[in-house]
Amino acid sequence: MLAFTIRRLSQSVVVLFVMSIIVFAGVYAIGNPVDILINPEADIAEQEETMRRLGLDKPIWTQYGLFLSNALSGDLGNSFVHNTPALDIILTRLPATLELAVVAVGLAVIIGVPLGMIAGLKDDSFIGRTIMTGSILGFSLPTFWVGLILIMLFSVSLGWLPASGRGETTDLFGIPVSFLSWEGLSHILLPAFNLALFKMSLVIRLARSGTKEVLLQDYIKFARAKGISDARIICVHVLKNIMIPVVTVLGLELGNVIAFAVVTETVFAWPGIGKLLIDSISNLDRPVVVAYLLLTVTMFIVINFIVDILYSVLDPRVRLGGSN
Amino acid sequence: MFNQKRGLAAAALAVTLALPGVSHAETLTIGLPAEPSAIDPHYHNLGPNNAVRRHVFESLVNQDEKQNLGPLLAESWKPTGEKTWEFKLRKGVKFHDGTEFKAIDVIYSACRIPNVPNSPSSFESFTKAISGFETPDDYTLIVNTDSPTPLLPTYFANWGILSAAANGVTGPIAYDKADCGIKNFPSTADFNSGKATIGTGALKFSEFVKGDRLVYEKNNDYWGAKTEWDKVVIKPITNAAARMSALLAGDVDFIAAPPTQDLDKLKSNPKFELSQGLSNRVIYLHMDQFGPTSNGVKGTGKATAKYEGEGPCASKECEKNPFLDIRVRQALSKAINRDAIVSKIMGGVAVPAGELLPQGFFGTNPGMKHEAYDPEGAKKLLAEAGYPNGFELVLGTPNDRYINDAKVAQVIAQMFTRIGVKTSVNAMTKSVFFKTRNKYEFSIYLAGWGAGTGEMSNPLRALVGTRSKETGLGGTNRGRYSNPDLDKKILTALATVDEAKREKILQEASRQAMSDYSILPLHFEVTTWAHRKGLTYKARADQYTIATGITSAN
Repeated sequence: MLAFTIRRLSQSVVVLFVMSIIVFAGVYAIGNPVDILINPEADIAEQEETMRRLGLDKPIWTQYGLFLSNALSGDLGNSFVHNTPALDIILTRLPATLELAVVAVGLAVIIGVPLGMIAGLKDDSFIGRTIMTGSILGFSLPTFWVGLILIMLFSVSLGWLPASGRGETTDLFGIPVSFLSWEGLSHILLPAFNLALFKMSLVIRLARSGTKEVLLQDYIKFARAKGISDARIICVHVLKNIMIPVVTVLGLELGNVIAFAVVTETVFAWPGIGKLLIDSISNLDRPVVVAYLLLTVTMFIVINFIVDILYSVLDPRVRLGGSN
Repeated sequence: MFNQKRGLAAAALAVTLALPGVSHAETLTIGLPAEPSAIDPHYHNLGPNNAVRRHVFESLVNQDEKQNLGPLLAESWKPTGEKTWEFKLRKGVKFHDGTEFKAIDVIYSACRIPNVPNSPSSFESFTKAISGFETPDDYTLIVNTDSPTPLLPTYFANWGILSAAANGVTGPIAYDKADCGIKNFPSTADFNSGKATIGTGALKFSEFVKGDRLVYEKNNDYWGAKTEWDKVVIKPITNAAARMSALLAGDVDFIAAPPTQDLDKLKSNPKFELSQGLSNRVIYLHMDQFGPTSNGVKGTGKATAKYEGEGPCASKECEKNPFLDIRVRQALSKAINRDAIVSKIMGGVAVPAGELLPQGFFGTNPGMKHEAYDPEGAKKLLAEAGYPNGFELVLGTPNDRYINDAKVAQVIAQMFTRIGVKTSVNAMTKSVFFKTRNKYEFSIYLAGWGAGTGEMSNPLRALVGTRSKETGLGGTNRGRYSNPDLDKKILTALATVDEAKREKILQEASRQAMSDYSILPLHFEVTTWAHRKGLTYKARADQYTIATGITSAN
């Protein structure tokens, strides 16, 4: 296990390094940030002066070398646009996205697992078939469109929930969160549901096939024979056993949700890092884009790690196998 | 103000949870397509920042919605010589921290402008002409310039005044162009946090949460007409559809740049209204008029001379540049049906352009008409120029920068093709477009220009003046048109303090630029704001959204 961990960590460092080169060169190739940031009224002398001030007059390799040496000492550079450390900008926006992602994944599980189990238990019934057909919609409808429809329905027509933004936040251990106040909750509900829709469909399908499979297992028959109530069989024995594939997939999906909630964040004007990434790319704010992607890679590495640990909690065989 | 049902629900909840009650203060919530990069008034000279700056930090001179100059922190001003100006400052103006506004604050602000680290677009262009200040008393400011600077009052409308005392400077300041001997100016971060955001404006800074909201409170001690809003919240909602739905849902009271395809829907909805006004932004075509060959042109044959200088044709084989012939430029202008573009593509929210600024702005020629649509005349001109069978072109355009930019380019390409110039469109996102354009890869491209000063020297200087670091002309002249005679006129105008004389020179220069087809103006954008019924906004030519300009009708 230790050797495995070390190997994986060293691989990660190589990945980070290669990725920083690719992203750096990629953003450099798109264009010159000064063309976008400077007031068009600036004359040629001012344009050159701005290039010099931001260090963009140097050749790309010098710029990359500077970035690398600073990055090794923990400084990922200042945003060209905001003149504040890129990492700070990302970290101040991260809680909004994390919260959105967690609520979305939570919704996916809370709604998806029971629905999937019902579909699995009543496979041939009307309800089962309705749930499965519904989940196809969840897969196939584009997030952007669903988001707008949700807004049109719940915000514009019914007026129940706000259409955009994050609203007032409450501080929890110094981190601003939305879910502690009604106003915050009302803001997060629509974007979280929109983001959850796809995952929910995924969870429904996983839970359904899992349930169907588990129901045929000997230990279920044995439990039935022992006279254990249906409720207990479903809520304990079935539920626990279908959670392994669900956790695996959601672990990977959580990373996706955090890193690429771009569409939902754009539609709902949610001040998270997905929106930050899009804004930064269109402004060619290279330090922020590079820092963001480096952070994302790191996050994926960490999440995969946690998923491995969760396995061993859920499935004793993994735990026992590991200790051999 | 807010949606009634939700407002009731929130109020009910506030009671049950014993949260602070819903106040009856007048709150105005605005949704904007772009967020300022910082609150620092001297950090980034660009539209979103300049608009937001005006709420807190006032300048000496005001630019009204038509960009006419008027008094603000200065009550009056006049040139007292070719290179000196006298500003009489307003008395009894207080900064948000209670200190009084005096001449020293102006000098302090001018000193800080060159000293903003990592500024992506400096305000120095507005202060670099200043050679020194004199203050006979606290409310009189004499400004000396290196050379005659007729635009000085306009420049003074473009930068906000900080308080010297609030930033720890009380003694007299000896002005110089470096840092006036002041070592620690407030940082950009100090403004974002609100620590240094102390101005004289009608609104006081309250909170800035990047990406989410910018909040102001009413300044009850404001020297002028107080705003009716107790609180103003500005939210960046970059996506047009999302901005529109936020307005429909009642999340925001007022939005800038609603999507053009939704305007009819908004007009027919009794709960909402539009405010529209002509902007100073002209959409134009620039044509490569630099070398004997031009990139992307086909069917014109081999050039006799060799291409020398910057650009893709320096290293590869290009065909002959047709745009050096004025008949070709004129033919293209005649091929464009500007009225059709305005009515069919722009949905009526634009005005055909015959000059680089709309009628009525300083330096325009009264009665100047846009080029008439004349495809037959265009064909004849092309034949005269030696292209009876036309040639092939690629028209470059951004697709996310101006209203309907790529659509307009498509239509123009078809119009060109109709007279025999087979044109294809190369549309790209703005970041890639500007880079490609600045490497001179387009033989013809579509772009836009908003004149910050609101007078003619501004577009002439940037768009048709010969590119030169020394004269400062041609900063955005990527067509590289060059006419020494026109350059001379522009430079003379820029150094003529006498208003009437300057206007005459500018009118003449504008006529010359147009009759030489140095650039082809297409139309002026009409800016639209949408808001709930009961609000009014005086549409600004500079396209800025300024909360204090929004008033409720009753």
